[in-house]
Amino acid sequence: MELPSVALFELSAAEWTAIRLSLRIATVATLASLPFGIVTAYALARRQFPGKTLVNGLVHLPLVLPPVVTGFVLLMLLGRKGVFGPYLAELGIVFSFRWTGAAVACAVMGFPLMVRAMRLSFEAIDRRLELASETLGANWLWTFFLVNLPLAVPGIIVGAILAFAKALGEFGATITFVSNIPGETQTISAAIYSYTQVPGGDESAMRLTIVSVFIALFALMASEIVQRRAEKRLGNVE
Amino acid sequence: MIEVDVRLNVGSFSLDVAFANGTGVTALFGQSGSGKSLTLSIIAGLTRPDAGYVRLDGESLVDVEARVFVPVSRRRIGLVFQDSNLFPHMSVRQNLLYGRWFAPRGERRINFDAIVETLGITNLVSRSPTRLSGGERQRVAIGRALLSCPRLLLLDEPLAALDMERKLEILPLIERVRDEFDVPIIYVTHAVEEVVRLASRVVILDAGRVKSVGAPTEAFNRLDYAPAANRFDRSSVLSATVDESCLAHGLTKLKHSAGTIWIAGSAGPCGSVVRVVVKATDVILSLAPPHEISARSILWGRVANIQFEGPIATIAIELRDDGQLLAAITRGALEDLALKVGSEIYALFKTAALDERSIGMASSQVIR
Repeated sequence: MELPSVALFELSAAEWTAIRLSLRIATVATLASLPFGIVTAYALARRQFPGKTLVNGLVHLPLVLPPVVTGFVLLMLLGRKGVFGPYLAELGIVFSFRWTGAAVACAVMGFPLMVRAMRLSFEAIDRRLELASETLGANWLWTFFLVNLPLAVPGIIVGAILAFAKALGEFGATITFVSNIPGETQTISAAIYSYTQVPGGDESAMRLTIVSVFIALFALMASEIVQRRAEKRLGNVE
Repeated sequence: MIEVDVRLNVGSFSLDVAFANGTGVTALFGQSGSGKSLTLSIIAGLTRPDAGYVRLDGESLVDVEARVFVPVSRRRIGLVFQDSNLFPHMSVRQNLLYGRWFAPRGERRINFDAIVETLGITNLVSRSPTRLSGGERQRVAIGRALLSCPRLLLLDEPLAALDMERKLEILPLIERVRDEFDVPIIYVTHAVEEVVRLASRVVILDAGRVKSVGAPTEAFNRLDYAPAANRFDRSSVLSATVDESCLAHGLTKLKHSAGTIWIAGSAGPCGSVVRVVVKATDVILSLAPPHEISARSILWGRVANIQFEGPIATIAIELRDDGQLLAAITRGALEDLALKVGSEIYALFKTAALDERSIGMASSQVIR
């Protein structure tokens, strides 16, 4: 491979499009799955309900299934001719071959990582703090918002960052579910893949690779700093 | 008024406890494993009993037969744990006001400033609980429970995790809380001294059963009661009256029908009743009236019971008219003195051996 030199850091319009699209998809996927992730993590960590083991299994499924399989399942469920697709289309919600579909695929793939980190931090909360809250007159819902949620903030941040990083790198499920359409569903990963398939695309692939390394590094450092601040505030000495 | 009558089996342990209390402090006393914390947890609603009921001011909080169970958050019972469990993400002020916010508006009778002032935490309110000492944390925890304006306050060994100095700092605060705020208290402890100092009634638990109920002096002094696992925990509770000739050299002379007890410091006006805890290991026995000896407190009585435990004999001495005193001596000493049930004996103990916790004013209700 010939190392590019001169125009290394001049990103082309197509490359910018892929970067912007990746960031948008990853951000939307993370924010949209955040409430579900928090509720699922809390329920798995603290509450007893029938089918808990099944829910736990379903949440973790995308972690162990080949991404292509997850993408195909999404296609069968939410695709234009899928189980729910036509009904959603009547409501004006279409996922197939749209960036929103890519966000769904990324959210599903990042969900197990998100829930895992959050669940650990809910489990780490001293149960006696919850008991104290209840003896002071707060029911479990108030206790959740006033005690569990604020104390789990470091884990929630870590979970969100992990899901964001996963969404940035997601490839298999996305390309299976919504294909690889420049400007609509072509994320950085998909673009790098495309560039490596055409002659003379190595330079573009290299530039996008460097960009994705920086984004990932920046996200990890930001999470580290935010988490350390949160822990300091909570005075995790006990 | 709280009425408890509950049964619960946990593994091989069976709890079967019934008692009631009115105002003031009721102590739940027992060694670890006697079921006192479990009883407290049933009252608070953290544990469900197999059978029986808990009623507070006539309202059933749990009644297994009638299928009543009021959830913890709606019982309005304050609970202070051994380790204070303050919310680390809130300031001391937010911790203190947490329960108040959930109390019904009309029931918020306990004033924030009064609590903060009584507990001496005025200058802590803006701090983070993670930067408080153990004693400070526990004071905030007591304040937090009180400010939720509870109908009953449960204290679960609140001093157990603290060193002696902190204990002596917080005990008088609990006394002030008892006297200033009209909240009945159930106080779980395994320290006789704390019972004597704070409680007007004590429920003695042993292996999940109520052994004895009553005023501390009566409940502890039943002759058949062998309370502690080892001799170092064995103590007796005496009640005595502050004598006319109070305060010489900073000492107070107490009159007991069986003799004289000297304590360090003052113990209220002449004529008031004081309870004193004497450890069995601090007592010396003498056949003749002792002379030229430094021990100041001398009581006369008869040997009522002798129990052996290896080389140590625990002797219960029945004091004239009032109570009994336990003394732990060696078998050798027992033989030399030829003690047997019925022997007359002088019991001596050192004033310096009685720490501040050992001397309790009976709570205000009892003095009157």
